[in-house]
Amino acid sequence: MPELELVGVEKIFETKRATTHALTTINLTIEREEFIAIIGQSGCGKTTLLRILAGLVKPSEGAVRAEGRSLWDGAVLDTETVNKLGIVFQDPNLFPWYSVEDNIALPLKLRGVDRKTRRARAHELCDLVGLTGFERAYPRELSGGMRQRTAIARALSYRPAVLLLDEPFGALDAMTRERMNLELQSIAAATRATVVLVTHSINEAVFLADRIVLLSPRPGRIRSITRVPFPRPRELDLETQPEFQNIARELRHELDEDA
Amino acid sequence: MDRERFMKLLPWISTPLLLIVTVVIWKLSTTVFEISPFVLPPPEAVAQTLLEFSRQPDTWLVHARITLVETVVGFGFALVTGVMVGAVLGRIFWLELAVRPLVVALQVIPKVALIPLFVIWFGFGITSKVIIAAILAFFPIMLNVLLGVRSVEPGHREVMRSLNANRWQTFSSLDFHSTLPYVFAGMEVGIVLALIGAIVGEYLGGNEGLGYMVVVSLNALDAPRLFAVIILLAGLGWLLFFAVNGIKRLMIPWHESVIETGIS
Repeated sequence: MPELELVGVEKIFETKRATTHALTTINLTIEREEFIAIIGQSGCGKTTLLRILAGLVKPSEGAVRAEGRSLWDGAVLDTETVNKLGIVFQDPNLFPWYSVEDNIALPLKLRGVDRKTRRARAHELCDLVGLTGFERAYPRELSGGMRQRTAIARALSYRPAVLLLDEPFGALDAMTRERMNLELQSIAAATRATVVLVTHSINEAVFLADRIVLLSPRPGRIRSITRVPFPRPRELDLETQPEFQNIARELRHELDEDA
Repeated sequence: MDRERFMKLLPWISTPLLLIVTVVIWKLSTTVFEISPFVLPPPEAVAQTLLEFSRQPDTWLVHARITLVETVVGFGFALVTGVMVGAVLGRIFWLELAVRPLVVALQVIPKVALIPLFVIWFGFGITSKVIIAAILAFFPIMLNVLLGVRSVEPGHREVMRSLNANRWQTFSSLDFHSTLPYVFAGMEVGIVLALIGAIVGEYLGGNEGLGYMVVVSLNALDAPRLFAVIILLAGLGWLLFFAVNGIKRLMIPWHESVIETGIS
């Protein structure tokens, strides 16, 4: 059974001033433990697509299924299914009044997990994402990369089957970003989670993904799906290889045609 | 000594220095410029009165206690009602829209002008002063809470939504913490205004409180005593403000307004 399924998804946003056809005829099947990257021009609906997967936006038409179960029953969200999804937003959105460990353990607190277990899990995750020694720090004391790592750890705290990431490294500098890419790869391998990553960086997509979904704008639709054959774990110098550059060039070409 | 430690110590050095400079200028203006002691008593005369105060605390402690009680009780009412009204108006948009003109109208009234009315309505006792203190402190608290309730970050809301948090969880983990700095901002302004309200109330009616002592000293043209009472009032204001500030530091240690000021 596929982990995630989008069948004939349409999304139309209606406001007083404009009607936007954000997504049309989206059919996508994501297998378990697969790493999917979604790229496209800005405004092509990639964030909307991710938010539909997360259950934050209800599609106008079509079905979203996680492990065969529909995310929506009429207008009602199936919370049990949503509980299996972990989301990382573009902005880390950490709560400044909580320490790193309390931020990471917030989802567990909401689920009624006891304090001791929460703390143990938070420490475990700090080790995983490289925040050991910062458990008691407040978010304002962290660098941008560390904040985003905290947000990733928070999304991982309840062991979601699926990790949805919306341009999580968009605000980071190039070097931090490369390091975060490596870490994301090892986190995905360690947690065996299915990952959907929205990004505007072609290199990031090719480096991390098993398959790359390219969206075309107005209305947002799937233009192509590219399989990336490189074995894992992938090293950073992969980006200098001709095969890597060929895939990146092809994607760049397709993106330029949309512009 | 490194720069950072120096910056931390700086206020502790500068404050006593500035105080000494002030007293010296004060003393010089009474001797060199020969300002009348009825207008500006020399510092030693004021110090003498303060010394008398410390020897006979029963001459002023009763009054100080009355002013303190009026201020704190009034402030307490303002805090409770201000938080409640601010939270309700912040949450119910149409209600806020409906009462906004009235709130603005009430806010621009110089409220101390109403004090004689309250004295007529509630008598010369403590009640009228408590009410004045409460009304003065109410507006900054209410308006700050209103702003705070509306200033919860949408991104934070989205996190709670994506985690399937229920209403109570969203309140206790998000809205409460997010609004608290605004409550304290209102409280810091409110406590000072409450004291002002109590003192002005005492000026206008009654026979107790530090404000009453000011009036009595003025009528007796006892300038050193007047200065001494003003210093007591300053001390009281200082005490109240730092009590609120201390609670704030305890409650929201994570907030920008509480972070140790260090230039790095």
